[in-house]
Amino acid sequence: MEELLLEYLPILIFLGVAIVLAVLFVVGALLVAKQNPDSEKLSPYECGFEPFEDTRGQFDVRFYLVAILFIIFDLEVAFLFPWAVSLGTIGLFGFWSMVVFLGVLTVGFIYEWKKGALEWE
Amino acid sequence: MESLASAIVELILAVGAMALLMVGVFSGSSAFKTVSLLSIGVLVIAILGAATLPTSTVVTYGGLFVVDGFAAFNKILILLGSALALVMSIDYLRKENLARFEFAILVLLATLGMTMMVSANNLIALYLGIELQSLALYVLAAINRDSSKATEAGLKYFVLGALSSGMLLYGSSLIYGFSGSLEFSDIMAAAAASDDTSFGLLFGLVFLLAGLAFKISAAPFHMWTPDVYEGAPTPVTAFFAGAPKVAAMALLIRVLFDAIPGLMNDWQQIIIFLAMASMAVGAFFALVQTNIKRLMAFSSISHVGFALIGLSSADQAGVGSVLIYLSIYLVMNIGTFALILSMRRKEGMAEDISDLAGLGRTRPAMALYLAVFLFSLAGIPPLAGFFGKFFVLMQAINAGHITLAIFGVIMSVIGAFYYLRIFKIMYFDAPVAEFDVGPSRALNIVSSATAVLVVAYALWPTLLNNAAMAAAGTLF
Repeated sequence: MEELLLEYLPILIFLGVAIVLAVLFVVGALLVAKQNPDSEKLSPYECGFEPFEDTRGQFDVRFYLVAILFIIFDLEVAFLFPWAVSLGTIGLFGFWSMVVFLGVLTVGFIYEWKKGALEWE
Repeated sequence: MESLASAIVELILAVGAMALLMVGVFSGSSAFKTVSLLSIGVLVIAILGAATLPTSTVVTYGGLFVVDGFAAFNKILILLGSALALVMSIDYLRKENLARFEFAILVLLATLGMTMMVSANNLIALYLGIELQSLALYVLAAINRDSSKATEAGLKYFVLGALSSGMLLYGSSLIYGFSGSLEFSDIMAAAAASDDTSFGLLFGLVFLLAGLAFKISAAPFHMWTPDVYEGAPTPVTAFFAGAPKVAAMALLIRVLFDAIPGLMNDWQQIIIFLAMASMAVGAFFALVQTNIKRLMAFSSISHVGFALIGLSSADQAGVGSVLIYLSIYLVMNIGTFALILSMRRKEGMAEDISDLAGLGRTRPAMALYLAVFLFSLAGIPPLAGFFGKFFVLMQAINAGHITLAIFGVIMSVIGAFYYLRIFKIMYFDAPVAEFDVGPSRALNIVSSATAVLVVAYALWPTLLNNAAMAAAGTLF
């Protein structure tokens, strides 16, 4: 185990050098450079536009909703193919397992339909 | 048929959640009330179902699923925690305009995930349970989607939860690669087969434990806890601090003792480090909190640290003491949150500790209950919290971890300060604006029942202790 760890020693040394250098630059800038901040310098963009509005705006999730509902039923089909191919060997238990799975998906489908997730307008 | 009977709790929860989803979506405006009440009913039936579970070990579903006394004990705890959290949430959600029936269904699905976690006997089943639980919890954290704080909490929880799942999966894949199996008993056999521990297996174990430490919010994997607890709606926080902790802890115990008991010398160090770090973080960071939900977050981190002490001895008595600790913690925590939910004025909820000033004069009964829970959380005899701490510290001493036990006692003393500070604010500070909206009947019942339990535990400690020890015994 020691030999294995020894192989990684250069990485550890690099890590140490990187940390020391990073700290050196930050501390060096703080100590040597002239600090004279004002409100313009501290604003997000010293040149350019002021932000127009709060970034936490609400946007329409319709496309996202349709895409995610599509993925669920797309994946369902991906599960159905291997099931259909091997139906002969997995027997009744395998058959009913998939039927229960489809039942669970149907419950979700009824819910999203009733909730209006499938209405575009 | 035997496999159906051993998954009775999961079946009740799964069928119940789906049936209630249909009830909710078809019953229009009364959906919230109907579904919430029926969900509590489903949880109660599930508790009855859990009581019928076999206490001897039954492994079924091709080795994926295990039922034993340990699983049954934890399932009952989890279901109780979820049911009480749901009881406390109904009134709050209605008043805060969050009365969506999906809330109760998400709680049911999260509980289903948790019950699967404690019965996992395979790394895939473990991951499935954790994800089912976590996905429901992410949505619950952000259920108040118009509040930027709650969405921030939900997003943070999601990102860090995904990170921890990633670590867990990485660890699992390494364990699978080096042991050749996903099943706990095979991993145990593979670890025992070679004389010196395989480096890869150890590597995987560390990642697996780090992922699980995220879920129980043990330091240094605790960063998400304060923000999520503060941002999420209070009943959601009450739920987070109870049942999911029990489930994740039970899962951790099962992995440690069913899958990797052979690596005990390695994981004991990790557990002891997690315990010490969690106790220290919980004690010191809580000192400066002004928000009571944030304070409870740090309090829960330190309690996880204490519970982990019990695992340091790595034997039946140790696991038993952890189960006792978790049961007592769950009850204290639910009671405390019932009182936090009662901190309501006409203009809305109060969440600052300073809002409690003078509570001893304005609302003496509420202050008395809160005092009982604070003393119990601080671990002052003769309340239940003291015995929880006592048992885990005894285990550490019996196993020879004297330093750990002394460290635990010191952290407990430091922790006592911030609980007692709330006591001082309630009884010795000048009253501020009174909580002029009385708590609902459900909150009153929950807070008084849990307070009675916390006080009465000292009279009949054997009731819980025997059950916990018997449950722990099935693991060994």
